[in-house]
Amino acid sequence: MALLEITQLTRDFGGVRAIDGLDLHVERGEIVSVIGPNGAGKTTLFNMISGMAQPNGGNILFEERSIVNLRPSQILALGIARTFQNVRLFPEMTVRENVMLARHARTKSGALGAILRTPRFRREEEDTRRRAEEALAFFGTRLVGWRFDQPSMSLSYANRRRLEIARAMASGPKLVLMDEPTAGMNPKETQELTHLIRRMRDDEGLTILFIEHDMRVVKGVSDRVVVLDYGRKIAEGPYEEVAHNEHVIEAYLGRKATA
Amino acid sequence: MAETARTGPPDSSASNGPELLPARDVGVRQVVRTGLLAGLTIAFVASIGMLVAFEGRAVVSTLTLDYVILVAIPMGFGYLAAKPPPQFEGFAVARRGGRNLLAGAVAGVVTGGMLAVYLALVGNFNVREQMPNISPEMIGRLTFQQGLIKGWAFLMLGSVALSTLGAAFNLLDRTLRRALAYALSWLIVIGLLQVVVSTILNNLGFPLVDRLYNVAGSLTIPGAIGVFVVIFVAYVVPKPKREPIKQGYAELPAKKRRLVLVGIVLAILAILAAVPHLLSSDLAEDLNLAGIFLLMALGLNIVVGLAGLLDLGYVAFFAVGAYAAAVLMSPLSPKWAPGLIFWEALPFVLLAAAFAGLLVGTPVLRMRGDYLAIVTLGFGEIARLLVTSTWLTPYFGGALGIIRIPSVHVGPVEFLGANSQTFFYLIFGFAIVAAYASYALQDSRLGRAWMAIREDETVAEAMGVNIVTAKLWAFMIGAVIASVGGALFAVKTASIFPNSFDIIVSITVLAIVIVGGMGSVPGVVLAALALRGLPEILQEFQSFRFLIYGALLIFMMLRRPEGFIPSRRRARELRQDEVLQDAWVQAHREEPAEVGLEGS
Repeated sequence: MALLEITQLTRDFGGVRAIDGLDLHVERGEIVSVIGPNGAGKTTLFNMISGMAQPNGGNILFEERSIVNLRPSQILALGIARTFQNVRLFPEMTVRENVMLARHARTKSGALGAILRTPRFRREEEDTRRRAEEALAFFGTRLVGWRFDQPSMSLSYANRRRLEIARAMASGPKLVLMDEPTAGMNPKETQELTHLIRRMRDDEGLTILFIEHDMRVVKGVSDRVVVLDYGRKIAEGPYEEVAHNEHVIEAYLGRKATA
Repeated sequence: MAETARTGPPDSSASNGPELLPARDVGVRQVVRTGLLAGLTIAFVASIGMLVAFEGRAVVSTLTLDYVILVAIPMGFGYLAAKPPPQFEGFAVARRGGRNLLAGAVAGVVTGGMLAVYLALVGNFNVREQMPNISPEMIGRLTFQQGLIKGWAFLMLGSVALSTLGAAFNLLDRTLRRALAYALSWLIVIGLLQVVVSTILNNLGFPLVDRLYNVAGSLTIPGAIGVFVVIFVAYVVPKPKREPIKQGYAELPAKKRRLVLVGIVLAILAILAAVPHLLSSDLAEDLNLAGIFLLMALGLNIVVGLAGLLDLGYVAFFAVGAYAAAVLMSPLSPKWAPGLIFWEALPFVLLAAAFAGLLVGTPVLRMRGDYLAIVTLGFGEIARLLVTSTWLTPYFGGALGIIRIPSVHVGPVEFLGANSQTFFYLIFGFAIVAAYASYALQDSRLGRAWMAIREDETVAEAMGVNIVTAKLWAFMIGAVIASVGGALFAVKTASIFPNSFDIIVSITVLAIVIVGGMGSVPGVVLAALALRGLPEILQEFQSFRFLIYGALLIFMMLRRPEGFIPSRRRARELRQDEVLQDAWVQAHREEPAEVGLEGS
C-alpha cells in the first residue's frame, strides 16, 4: 500500500475545476515531482493534501487512513509537512524559534509547566531546541551559530527557503510536500538544493512530493514525474519518458501547427 | 565603494569614484509646511484651553508651563523645518550652514502669519458658545496682554527668533545637539515633577532640596542651571560600551551567571521595597493606581502583544475579578455573602475569570483583526450593562454596587486599601508574578504558538499549532491576570460600583500596551507609570489625558510602531547586506524555465 493514495480528487473554484478527478499515489521513500504549466492545479493539490483546502470530491488516504476534512494541524501531526510557494515564515520570530515551533504537534507542555518551569517542561524544551538545531544543521553552516537568534525576516531569500524546509523537517514528518523549493534561487543554490532533496530521502528516510519548474532539478532527483494540466494528470513516469510525451510537450509549448 | 562615496567630499566626485548626485536640500515646501504646522499646533493648543490650564504651573522660576509650550513649539518645528531630508546612497552629504538658518527664519515667518490669521479670527468673532476655551483670557495670555496687534508683533518676532534658534541646532554636531536636547527636556521634566523629585530627595536625606526648588514648586534658577549642567555632562561623558559587558557576562560560567542574575533581581526587589518609603502617601496612592493598570496591561500584553488578538473589551475581565472578589468577601453582598477572606476567595476569582475568558474566547475563535476588535468591544459593554441590569441587580447590587469589602491579611500584616504605602507591596507582588509569567510564557511552547498565530495564523495551523486551544489559553491567561487586578481594585477601594468598569479602562490599558511596545514587559511598566501614574501627579494634564493618549497613539503608529521599549525581537534591526541581497534576488528573479524540456 502506498504512503499517500489519492483517488478521484476534485476541487472547484466557482465554475473552474482546478483539480479534476485526479489519481495519484506516492510510495514510501519515493521522490515524486509534480510539474505542469501555470494554473494546472499543482498548489491546489498541495493545499488539499495539507488540509488547507477541502476537496469537493474524491479521497486522500495517508497510511491507509482518510485525511479529508482533518484540520491542517491534525494532518501535520499524522506526518505530512509542507513548504510554501511564496515562502511563509514567521518573520519576527528567530530562526531557531521558527523551527522550534514546528515541534508543537510533537510536544505537550502547557501554560502551567511553562510558568512553574517543571523538570518535564525543561526536558521537553531542551529536546525541542536540540532537534531544531539539528534540523538547521542539515544545511551546513548556513543557518547555525549566530543566525539562530536572528529574526527570520533578516535572512536572505535562499536562506528563507532553506529555513522553511528545516521547519518542515523538524516537525517529524514522513512525507514532505515542497512547493517550488528552488524558485528564486541562483543556479548554484539550485544545484545544492537538488543534492539536499536527495539527502532528505537517503539520510532522513523521508518521502518527498514536490512541485518544480526547473527541469534540471526535476531530472536530477525525481524517481517519478507527474504532469498536471487543467487539473488532470496527463502523464506519469520516469523523467525521460515524460519529457518525450507528446501531451506534455503540447501542454507546455502549445499544439504543433499541422504541417 | 559605497563607503568612499558616502564619506568623500562632494566635490571630489569628478576625479575619483562614481559621480554623486547633488544632495537633497531643505526645500521650500518642507519649510512652509513645517511653519504652517507649527502655527496650527499653537492655535490648537490655545483653542483647547491648554495654555490657560497650564498657566498656574511654574517650571523654572516664574516661567510657567504655558510659555514653555509656546517656546518649545516654534523651536521644535524650526529644527524640523531646517533639517535636511534623509540622503540616499549616491547622493552627496547635505551641507549645513546659512541656508538652514534661513529655512528656520522663513518657517518662523510662516508660523507668525498663521498666528495672525488665528488671532484675527478669534479676536473678531465670538465663538465662546462653540469653543468655550477660546476666551478673552486665553487671547490675552497669548498676546502677552498687549492687545491684538502689538501682541501679534511679539508673537511674530518670537516665532522667527525661536524658529531660527531651533534651526541652528542643525548646525551643531550630533552629540552636542542631542546633549542639549536631552538636558533641556529633562530640565522641563524635573521642573514638572517637583512633587515626586523633592519628596524622594527629602526622604533620601538630600540636603539641597530647598535650593533646587523654590516655595512655589518650580526650579530655582541656580537649581535649573545645576540640573542642566549635570544632565548635559552626563550625556557628553562617554558611557561604558554595552558590548564588552554583555560579552563578559556571556563568558562567565553558568553558575556565576546565575549568581549575577539573582543579584540583579534582588537589587531590583530591594529598590522596589524601598519605593513606598521614599514617597508620600499621595504619591504611593498614584503608584497603586498605576500598579493595578500595570497588572491589567501585563495581561493584555499577552493577548494583544503575544497572540495578536486585539481585545477591546478587556475591562470585562477586570470587572469579573472585582465583582467575584466583592461578592465572595463582602459581608454586605446582596445575595450570597460567604464572607471569605482574600486568599480563600482568590482561587474562585481566578476560576471565574478563566471561565469568562473561555466564554468570550469561544465565539470569536474564527475572527481576526477588525472583526475580533468590534466583537470584544461589544463584550466589554455587555459586562457592564449586565451588572446594572434589573435581572442581576439583586445579585450584584446594580448601581449601588457592593460595599465593605474587607482588607487583606498576610500573616500578622494587614494590607488596608486606604494605606497605600503598604498596599503597594501587595499590588507589586502580584505584578512581579504577572511579569515573570509573561517572560516564562514567551519562551515556551505556548508562547511560540501565540507568536506564530500573531504572525501568520494559516501557516501556524499548517505547522501543527492547534489554533483553538492556543487562542483560548491566551484569552484565559489574559482574563486571569486582569481579574487579579480587579480583585485588588475591589479590596483597595473597599467598595465597587459599575461605573468603574467602562470602556475607558479598556482603552487606557490598550494605550499602555501599544505605547510601551507590544510584547515588551519593561515597555509596559514604563508606559503604565507614564500614562496612568503621571496624569495623577500633574493634575493640569488630567483633563487632556485622552487627547494626549490619542496624540501619543498616532505618533507611535507613524514613527515607532514597535513601542517605546520594543520587545527583544522587534528591536533587532534588519541586516543591511542580507536585505540588499534579497532585493538583488528579487530583481534578478527569472521567470520559471518551463520550456527547458530536453529534446523539445
